[in-house]
Amino acid sequence: MKTLLKLFTVLSITVLLSCGGKEDKKKDSSSESNSPKTEKATQTPAAKTETAAKTQEVKPSKRVDLTTKGVGPIKSVTLASTIDQDMAAKGAEVFKNMCTACHRTDKKFIGPAPTGILERRTPEWVMNMILNPEGMVKEDPLARELLIEFNGSPMANQNLTEAEARSVLEYFRTL
Amino acid sequence: MKNILKTSVALVSILIGFTSCNNSGKSNGGSGALASNVAEKVYVPPGEYDSHYAFMSGGYSGNLTVYGLPSGRMFKEIPVFSQFPTNGYGYTEETTPMLETSYGFVPWDDSHHPDISQTDGVLDGRWIFINGNNTPRIARISLTNFETEEIIEVPNSAGNHSSSYITENTEYVVAGTRFSVPVPQRDMPIKDYKGNFKGALTFISVDPEEGHMDIKFQILMPGFNYDLSHPGRGKSHGWFFFTTYNTEEANSLLEVNASQNDKDFIAAINWKKIEEYVNNGGGTMMPANYAHNLYDEDTHMATSTMKKEVRVVNPSEVPGAIYLLPTPKSPHGVDVDPSGEYIVGNGKLSANLTVHSFTKMIDAIENKEFDGDAYGIPIIKFEDVLAGSVEQAGLGPLHTEFDGKGNGYTTFFISSEVVKWKLGTWEVLDRKPTYYSVGHLTIPGGNSREPFGKYMFAMNKITKDRYLPVGPEMEHSAQLYDISGDKMELLLDFPTHGEPHYAAAIPAEIIMNNVKKIYRLDENEHPRKATNESETKVVREGKNVHIYMTTIRSHFSPDNIEGVKVGDKVFFHVTNLEQDFDVPHGFAVIGANTAELLVMPGQTRTLTWEPKQVGVWPFYCTDFCSALHQEMQGYVRVSPADSNLDLSWSLGE
Repeated sequence: MKTLLKLFTVLSITVLLSCGGKEDKKKDSSSESNSPKTEKATQTPAAKTETAAKTQEVKPSKRVDLTTKGVGPIKSVTLASTIDQDMAAKGAEVFKNMCTACHRTDKKFIGPAPTGILERRTPEWVMNMILNPEGMVKEDPLARELLIEFNGSPMANQNLTEAEARSVLEYFRTL
Repeated sequence: MKNILKTSVALVSILIGFTSCNNSGKSNGGSGALASNVAEKVYVPPGEYDSHYAFMSGGYSGNLTVYGLPSGRMFKEIPVFSQFPTNGYGYTEETTPMLETSYGFVPWDDSHHPDISQTDGVLDGRWIFINGNNTPRIARISLTNFETEEIIEVPNSAGNHSSSYITENTEYVVAGTRFSVPVPQRDMPIKDYKGNFKGALTFISVDPEEGHMDIKFQILMPGFNYDLSHPGRGKSHGWFFFTTYNTEEANSLLEVNASQNDKDFIAAINWKKIEEYVNNGGGTMMPANYAHNLYDEDTHMATSTMKKEVRVVNPSEVPGAIYLLPTPKSPHGVDVDPSGEYIVGNGKLSANLTVHSFTKMIDAIENKEFDGDAYGIPIIKFEDVLAGSVEQAGLGPLHTEFDGKGNGYTTFFISSEVVKWKLGTWEVLDRKPTYYSVGHLTIPGGNSREPFGKYMFAMNKITKDRYLPVGPEMEHSAQLYDISGDKMELLLDFPTHGEPHYAAAIPAEIIMNNVKKIYRLDENEHPRKATNESETKVVREGKNVHIYMTTIRSHFSPDNIEGVKVGDKVFFHVTNLEQDFDVPHGFAVIGANTAELLVMPGQTRTLTWEPKQVGVWPFYCTDFCSALHQEMQGYVRVSPADSNLDLSWSLGE
């Protein structure tokens, strides 16, 4: 009986140990990054906390980045000084049909409100987000952070043409 | 007693011996360097594509399944003649009209012989047609959206088996009756079958642009059983060939009584001649009642129309259009080689394969060398039309396909094998066993003018021990062979769904670049669509409540609905606002007596729900659509029948 008990204990410990395996690994990796192995490693956590603090201060949706053009087919957009009203009207129609299921102009809905977007993003970034949302979430750090801010709700690719996306951008200028 | 025991022991050991022989035979064929070589031939690495599509009839599933070759992976089941709760086909308001017939709503059939549309005798990959055997119907399936777009019922027909084969330019899809019946149907003694029943062979014209089907004429043939058919091609284009059995016209115990004659017939029909006769006003319009069901991709809806007459032609009206070619014994399949010269009659109770010559047939007709007639239809002398026989090729020949290199491949049901033989010399070149009891076989394009002869697959009726046992009921098995060399090489076994009778296969590149990925929202003309959220609403029309609803990752709009009452009939008209490839949304509501909806991007589908209990009832998305899929849900409040609560609906309020 005693031996049985012993055996049982050993077995239980083994089970416990193997259960804990995953967590241990996680701890290991985190402690690794914390351990002052190299100079780089000591710097990384500091940089990380800095970003984290920043994120807490300014949400990705509020952050201003007027240099990043994003990832996608749009490399350069030139905005005329005056708004093309015809194009904007067309963009309003496209926006209504293709975007309003998730975006309201005046408030956060499923996704962020586009009002004032060109004060925070480049026109290229906006169009790439419309035309290539999957690629943006994968490769553009800000787009990825936005996905997390907006609860993991993916930006749908509504298969707009470049001209349609451009008109939506023009419409955003009127908001 | 002891003796009996001994004998049984001996018998059992012999049996064991046999089985182990088989087993070792199997493992020999499938091990070592050879096996890895074979594995490479069917291995399609992750993310890469198969080289061919194969479309297998579902048999008693009533549907059509899509496979890849050489991997044998199943990609899709396309619902055709059967309700399909997986996506709501045959349950939704949009698709129930597809299954309407003159017998009312028929939610099942037995689908047999798919055939791909052709241009100049070459597969063009626009549509695939398939027959419903039990309640005679022909369906057309689009090969751009892989959906059933049209079903036409075939009147005066029963057991629609010698169907659905396509002429060289898809002028016609042809449907022949297996069972002869009284035409028109009437109350009469069964024993008076002989001489009174008719076999209707139906030529359905296909619109070259849209593919729409319309019965051009029916030939009312003698009361034989019309088993299978194939069009002529090349030099024999304009002719159609049908096998017959039960030329005895027996009406009972056909197993014995329909196998009395040494020879039955292949009926050769000059359809161009009959077409000309009909175009000049020939034939008789006969009262009939049959459904024509058509799906409109713009409205996303099907409509069913009952047609009230059909044009019939009696063989005696068009002399010189129909001849009978004697063929031993109860021929099953009739297959025409790519040149159009050879007409192969697969006499299923024979050991030999009979091949007729089209040229000899035309000569005999010109020389008027006939051997009497049947009901006025001239019978050509067997010797005058025979091109040759493949002697003692196997037992029970059923079907033949061609590789385009001068060879035929015939299945032998009783001896469970595929035999490769040479056209013209009739010599047997190779034979390979099938596991077990093979029915049809398919070579991509193997019944057209231009076969793509790299692969052949056999569809077997008996599966037995080929896979892990799964109880008495098993899926059937297909076997893929490489036919690019002199000898056939068995590459792969793969299970199929239902009972594939015939199959059609085609190189992937002919189809894959035309395949639709989404339905465009701006082309959606569904009468109850909501193509953006501002169009969502709930409308009461008496007891009917119409909910115009939208879906996008990951919410329904509206998702809170109140004012529905017990006794109402609620229609959820769900439009999927997504415009991206492979983002369907599902819709299911508690207690629905139908099925779910699976709504493709840009599509509108309608689920009908008749709430019977007061309460607040949830609905949800069934297709895991995003990380927030589990949040994609909503509620309908159902109030008592006498409630005064007005309809209201909302999202996020």
